[in-house]
Amino acid sequence: MLKKRIIPCLDIKDGRTVKGIKFLDIQDAGDPVVLAKRYVQEGADELVFLDITATQEKRKTWVALVARIAKEINIPFTVGGGINSVEDAKRLIDAGADKISINSAAIKNPSLISELAIELGSQCVVVAIDIKMENEEWFVFISGGQIATGIKALEWAKQAAFLGAGELLITSMNNDGTKNGFALPILDAISKSVPIPVIASGGAGTQEHFKDLFAQTQVSAALAASVFHFSEISIPVLKNYLKTQHIPIR
Amino acid sequence: MIAILKYNAGNSASVKNAVERLGFSCSITNDHDALKNASKVIFPGVGSANTAMSFLKGKGLDQVIVALKQPVLGICLGQQLLCTYSDEGDTDCLGVFNTQVKKFPPNDRVPHMGWNTVTIKDSHPLFENVSALEDVYFVHSYYCELSNYTIASCEYITTFSAAMQKDNFYATQFHPEKSASVGEKILNNFLQL
Repeated sequence: MLKKRIIPCLDIKDGRTVKGIKFLDIQDAGDPVVLAKRYVQEGADELVFLDITATQEKRKTWVALVARIAKEINIPFTVGGGINSVEDAKRLIDAGADKISINSAAIKNPSLISELAIELGSQCVVVAIDIKMENEEWFVFISGGQIATGIKALEWAKQAAFLGAGELLITSMNNDGTKNGFALPILDAISKSVPIPVIASGGAGTQEHFKDLFAQTQVSAALAASVFHFSEISIPVLKNYLKTQHIPIR
Repeated sequence: MIAILKYNAGNSASVKNAVERLGFSCSITNDHDALKNASKVIFPGVGSANTAMSFLKGKGLDQVIVALKQPVLGICLGQQLLCTYSDEGDTDCLGVFNTQVKKFPPNDRVPHMGWNTVTIKDSHPLFENVSALEDVYFVHSYYCELSNYTIASCEYITTFSAAMQKDNFYATQFHPEKSASVGEKILNNFLQL
């Protein structure tokens, strides 16, 4: 049976992981490779590396870091941040990334999704969508959630899938950082409306939140950052718990 | 020397990284003599069947691959290209495995992406020290039908060949290079053949 995936997300700035990391036994948790290897050992099913470096100038080291990650990591990983063209994506795939994720660039230029799918194959193309509920309706936001697009979340999700995305990464801004659980109704609606896998993000705080997500929606994977970085939830404990709750887990 | 086939549908770098993590040296090449003289050949692949076959034929690699005598491992698209025919782009393939490649019907999400259980048919050198039910990583929209060559199967929408073998040709639909420690064991078993 196909398993539900647990995906830690590492935010990278100037080549280092950001957010305080509480792994006492790790010498250098600021090194993305060191932290990534730890997650692999713990049973992470995939990894996402998001480059939040502000400027292209400082981003020069990113491709070299991706190549170093690819040498060390034996599970699939996605990289995102600052990808605006097929050339940007190709550099990262050639460096060894398994998938790339695009967000604002896809809204600004939807045909980029198709171009990437044709050039690299749909399986490499993750479209990340930041959504926020306003007046009982979910809308797409871009540029780190700062700019409202006025586009309805469900419509964009369907269009992204139609254009050739291999996977969607949906982050609810209302839930992100709250630790009050995932945005179940909209995640369920989106996952039922597209024929491709959906990764849910935003709101994970407890093990039960992951169980509710997988039991109550059709999403394929859950992504979280701080609950794993701060060791509030340990991946092996979470996965064992989900197995006892009859969720298919590796 | 272990040769990894260089062509236009590669995740060759990922496979090279995995082989090197196991302590073997390898080169990514499409030089005919280098392939013929290699101790092992790995035929990776992520991409579409028709463009890959056109590339292989254009470089004369189709003839070279089918004539290889050393152990050969096809991975993902590599496994599919070793079959006779693929639905993907209505493509005639290399014909080492006398079986066909079909598109998944849209009864569930396609691509089949993620960790799924393989059922190993009999004890087989490729799966030495691998337990009968292990999860490995898949990403594909087309599958190889079950056949006499099937040495491991997987269930998603239908039951299909997760791994096959005929003579010196071995193949996996899943990605051993991305399947954590289980994948490393399988890749190592191939490299030790």
